[in-house]
Amino acid sequence: MRRSNTFKNSVFLLLMLSVLFMGGCATKPITGPKTEPAMHQNSELVSKDTDSGVKIYDPLEGFNRGVYRFNYYFDKYLYLPIVQVYQFIMPDYAEDRVSNFVDNLFEFNNFTNNLLQLKFKAAGITLARFAINTTVGVAGLWDPATTWSMHQKPEDFGQTLGHYGVGGGPYLVLPILGPSNLRDTTGFIGDTLAFNNFGPVAWVDDDGFTLGFTVISAIDKRKRIPFRYYGTGSPFEYERIRLLYTKKRELLIID
Amino acid sequence: MRHWLTSLALILMIVLPTISQAVDKPYFYPYINPFEATVMELPPYYEADMPKKVPTKIFSLEVFPERKIPEVFWYEDGLDCSLVAQKGKAPLIFIIAGTGARFNSPKMVKMQKKLYQAGYHVISITSPTHMHFVINASSTMTPGNLYEDAKDLYRVMQLAMEEVKNAIDVSSYNLTGYSLGGIQAAFVSMLDDEEKVFNFEHVLLINPPVSLYNSMTILDQMLEENIPGGIDNIESWMDSVTGKLAEATKSMGYFEMSADYIYKASKRFPPREDFLASLIGISFRLSSTDMIFASDMMKGGGYITPRNVKMSNSTSLSLFETVGFRTSFGNYFDEQFVPFFMMKDPSMTREKLIEQSSLRHIESYLNRAQKIGLLHNEDDIILGPGEIEYLKGLFGSRAKIFPTGGHCGNMGHKDAVDFIVNFFAGQEG
Repeated sequence: MRRSNTFKNSVFLLLMLSVLFMGGCATKPITGPKTEPAMHQNSELVSKDTDSGVKIYDPLEGFNRGVYRFNYYFDKYLYLPIVQVYQFIMPDYAEDRVSNFVDNLFEFNNFTNNLLQLKFKAAGITLARFAINTTVGVAGLWDPATTWSMHQKPEDFGQTLGHYGVGGGPYLVLPILGPSNLRDTTGFIGDTLAFNNFGPVAWVDDDGFTLGFTVISAIDKRKRIPFRYYGTGSPFEYERIRLLYTKKRELLIID
Repeated sequence: MRHWLTSLALILMIVLPTISQAVDKPYFYPYINPFEATVMELPPYYEADMPKKVPTKIFSLEVFPERKIPEVFWYEDGLDCSLVAQKGKAPLIFIIAGTGARFNSPKMVKMQKKLYQAGYHVISITSPTHMHFVINASSTMTPGNLYEDAKDLYRVMQLAMEEVKNAIDVSSYNLTGYSLGGIQAAFVSMLDDEEKVFNFEHVLLINPPVSLYNSMTILDQMLEENIPGGIDNIESWMDSVTGKLAEATKSMGYFEMSADYIYKASKRFPPREDFLASLIGISFRLSSTDMIFASDMMKGGGYITPRNVKMSNSTSLSLFETVGFRTSFGNYFDEQFVPFFMMKDPSMTREKLIEQSSLRHIESYLNRAQKIGLLHNEDDIILGPGEIEYLKGLFGSRAKIFPTGGHCGNMGHKDAVDFIVNFFAGQEG
C-alpha cells in the first residue's frame, strides 16, 4: 500500500509543479498607450461597498485560472480519451455494475461523515445499504438497497467541516479534480486518508487492488460527470462555475 | 316517455362518437401557466418517444481561416456542428438553435433524436448569438441583423455539407429552427430561394418571434421588472433566492443539482410568477452578456471592455461579466448595433433596423412560400399583444397553434413532435 501511495503522491506533486510553471498570475488586462476606457465601466455601475454572496473570495485567481486551463487540456487529451476507450470496450450494463461497485466502497466515507455529523439515522441507513449491497447485491455490483427505498445519504468531510461552521475559505481549482475551496480540499484529503488507511482498500490491503481501484474509480467518476470544459459556451465559465460550486456546497452543507 | 328515450338515444348516438374522438387524443400540457411551461422541464410522460443514443458525429468548421482570435478565447478552435446520419439515402434537416444555444443544447439533442427516429439526417447549427458563432462564423461580429445572420448561417450550412457530403446520401433538404432560430430559418429560406443551393422542400418555424426587437424588449423587461429594486439589487435578490432554496433544501432533507429535484421542490414550494419571469429574464441576460462580451472583444473593445487592451488566458473577467449583466439587449441595440449598421450604410436608421428584424418585413415572401409552416403556442410569452393573431392570419392552414406550452416548453411533447414529423413528411395537420 505504501508503494502506491508514494506513486500517487509523486504524480500529484508533478502535476502541482507543472501547473505552477504554466499558470501566469497577472489577472488584470494589459494596457498600453492606445488604451481607451470602455463605454460602460464597472466602477460606474456597481458601488464598491456592495457586499454579497455573489462575489466569491478568490485571492488565488491567477493560479486557479492556470489550473483550470491545465484541466481543460488534461481532460481533452488524456482523461476523456481514456474514458471513451473505457466506454467503447465496456458494455453499458457492465459500466453500471462498476459504478455500483465504486459507490458501494465509498459508502465508507458516507458512513463516517454521517456519524461525525451525528446523523445517526442516515449513518444507519448507510450501514444497512453497505451490508445489503455487499451481500444481496454481490459485492456491490447491484444496488438492491435503493430499490427497497433505502436511498444513498452522501456526505463528505468537507460537508462535515461545514456542518460545524468551518467557512469555505479561498476558492481553489485543483488539478484534475476541478473546483474546490480550502475547506473542501482539506475534506478531500481527510476522506482520502481515511479511506486508504481504514476503509475497504485497507481491508483488502493489496497494492494491486488499491491502484486498480483508484484508476477505475477515477474513470468511472469522470464518466458520470457530463461537464466539459468550455462546453457551457460562456466566456465567463470560470466565474459561473465558481459561483455554482460555492452555492451548491452551501446547500449540501445545510441539508 | 318512450319518445323522450328514443330522442335521448339518438342524441347519444350522435354525440358519443365525437366525444370518444375527442377523448382519443386531446392535447394536454401539464403546465397551464405559460411561465411555468417555459421554465419547467416537460415531465417524461408527455415526452415523445426517442432513442437513447443516436450516431452523432461532431465536426469543426473553420469559416474564416484568416481571422485572428484574441488570446482571451484561447480555447476556441472553430465552430462545432453535429451530424446525425442515417445509413442509407434519406432527407436531411438543418436545425438552427435558439438564442444563446449551442448545436448540442438539451433541446437540440432531443430534436436530433426525434428526427433521426423519423428517418432524417440531421445537421445542427449553433445560434448566431452564441459566443462560438460570433467568434468563428459571424462576418459582422454584431449579431441580431436577420439578413446578415442568414448569410452567415447559409455559409455555415454549405461548409457543413461540404464536410459531410461523402458520409451521407441526401434525397432532399429541409430546414427548421426554434425561437430566434425559427425567425432566422425564415430568412435563410428566403436567401436560399435566391441562391438555390439547397432548394429546401419544407421549412418549419418553431415558436419564432414576430419582431425580434419586441421580443428582446419583453425579455429585458422580465428581468428588470421582476427583481425588487431593479437590476442594481440583483446581488441581494440572488442571495434571497439562495436563502429560499436553502429553506426548501432543509425541509426536503436533501439537495441535488438536477431537473428532477427542482421539479419536486417546485411542487412543494410553488414558485410565484414574478420569480419564474425573472428566471427567464436572467437566463436571457446571461446569454446576452456572453454575446455582447464576445462581440466587443472581437471588434477590439470599447463597449464593456476597454479599447486596445491585451487580455491573456489568465485575465480575470469577473468585472466585465458584472458590467455585461447590467447591459440590456436594448442598450446593446442602441449603443452597438444601430451605430455599427449606420456606419456601414449611412441611409440606415434605427427604425429601419427594427422593422427589418421582423417577419412582417418579409410578409409577402412568407405569404407565397407555401413550403414554410409554423408551430406556435397561443400563450408564448415572447410575443406581444396581437402577434399570435397576426401569425394565424399570415400562415392560415400552414400554422399549428397549441393553446398552451409557453415559449418552446412543449417542443418535445408527443403531439408537437407528431406535427413536426408529419409536416416534414408533407402531410400537414
